[in-house]
Amino acid sequence: MINDGFSNRRRQLLRLKVLRERRDPENRVRTKAEGVFFPCPGCGKAVSRRSWWEHQNVCPHCGFHRPVGAYQRLEQILDSGSFKELDAGLCGGDPLDFDGYPEKLRRLRETTGLQEAVVCAKGRIGGAGAVAGVMDSRFLMGSMGVAVGEKIARAANTARREKLPLILFCASGGARMQEGILSLMQMAKTAEAVTRFQDAGGLYVACLTNPTTGGVTASFASLADITLAEPGALIGFAGPRVIEQTIGQTLPEGFQRSEYLLEHGFLDAVVPRAQLRGELIRLLYLHGKGGARHGEAQRV
Amino acid sequence: MEKRSAFERVTLARHPDRPGTEEYIRALFTDFFEQRGDRLFGDDPAILGGIALFHGRPVTVIGQRKGHTRQEKMHCSFGMPNPEGYRKAQRLMRQAEKFGRPVITFVDTPGAYPGLEAEARGQGEAIAQSLAAMSRLRVPIITLIIGEGGSGGALALAMGNTVLMLENAIYSVLSPEGFASILWKDSSRAQEASEAMRLTARDLLELGVIDRVLPEPEEGAQADPQAVYRTVDEALSQALRAADRIASPTDHRRRRYLEMGRRLVGQERG
Repeated sequence: MINDGFSNRRRQLLRLKVLRERRDPENRVRTKAEGVFFPCPGCGKAVSRRSWWEHQNVCPHCGFHRPVGAYQRLEQILDSGSFKELDAGLCGGDPLDFDGYPEKLRRLRETTGLQEAVVCAKGRIGGAGAVAGVMDSRFLMGSMGVAVGEKIARAANTARREKLPLILFCASGGARMQEGILSLMQMAKTAEAVTRFQDAGGLYVACLTNPTTGGVTASFASLADITLAEPGALIGFAGPRVIEQTIGQTLPEGFQRSEYLLEHGFLDAVVPRAQLRGELIRLLYLHGKGGARHGEAQRV
Repeated sequence: MEKRSAFERVTLARHPDRPGTEEYIRALFTDFFEQRGDRLFGDDPAILGGIALFHGRPVTVIGQRKGHTRQEKMHCSFGMPNPEGYRKAQRLMRQAEKFGRPVITFVDTPGAYPGLEAEARGQGEAIAQSLAAMSRLRVPIITLIIGEGGSGGALALAMGNTVLMLENAIYSVLSPEGFASILWKDSSRAQEASEAMRLTARDLLELGVIDRVLPEPEEGAQADPQAVYRTVDEALSQALRAADRIASPTDHRRRRYLEMGRRLVGQERG
């Protein structure tokens, strides 16, 4: 009981911390990190924590894109003060009674302050309303189980009902193994939801970030009207290790990276993080007020 | 039969003599006309499809082909389709819609082919488009899981209004070997994974993923294929009759797949 009390308290504090960071990001930098350096995973140069923050986790020397948390991303994309989270407390179950899975989820909720691997929200981007969903790779590699599939399907439904554009940031290792076949079924569910939204005339923009693989690539991530990716993101169906095992040779440099996909015709654009919000504002503007032709367009 | 372990079923589902898509098409349909090619890049022999008559009624039939001889297996990449295969399937489904033919799919694959060229040509996109095509299709889809239903490569042909499954077939998010390798870093624990994954027909019926389990002979489908064909023929006829009564197959399918896993969804407030 006492332990429960402590862990509840701890969780609340973490939630508060997340909220605080969202409101006043500078706070974190000032209090904690002045003068703390982290080497860039891309070029190895030391970059201060403040500098990482100022550059939205992009290396100022080589342009390497480090992962961004879901709430942080929403803050970068949405107009300040417009964020309203959807289905914040939604969670799935444990259909396989898989050993250690509920505990793992509990631990992750405490350490990350996230409820699940995707955060969905309603907000404004450059004044235009939008529904946005952002996956977070810190939560079981952003894997898609029942809760993630359900939240994405609901986000698409909200966007359809309220005639808003849908913007999804993908970051995922694929289907969530721990939930077995029901994770696979979320591919069908999300594909149903986004196609229905699009057939109703809605604009769907996907932004693929590092990594977008497996069942997420093979469902909603590949079905957008406009597909963007961040530079250097790994995007594919099978993982590089599996492919190397199959063909028995090492893969060429840059294989399955954003630039490779752009060259092979699977992306509209590779957009550096600093320009993403601007591009989204332009895309929403190009699709008119509210971002879409809801109700007019039928099937393609 | 109840006592057969999940891993024994995995072995049966992969039995080299187990009837595959080709055999079912030969046994249950007449006047099969094979349609080849995706009209974009090539033809994938790992997916077999075309038009045929089922008890005199034109249908579109599509399924993964594994092949039996070593040469056939190599030719069909052991039943692992490339993007062209999925794009061919989409083409055939759209055509079925145009001519008002129901679509019958046979699922038997370890998964989509994980190769360099397959990735270069958009394996993920091809599967995603297949899911989208099936979401939109206005004619009914009946799916039969006859052997291995491996991962997204299986689902890309398996979004039926009705999903039937043979007793010893399996259907899972990943192969037991892959599952063990990802979660336990040890692919040799496949047997343990098979038991943990709930991949048997009975499990899937309980989870609401399939609609009906079709019985097999005691020793498995390979022991008496004729008996299995009779069972499948009967079940298919029934499923088609039921599908004819659905006012909108599209809405029916949408409800079916939006429902997946919903029983588990809860709300938690911290």
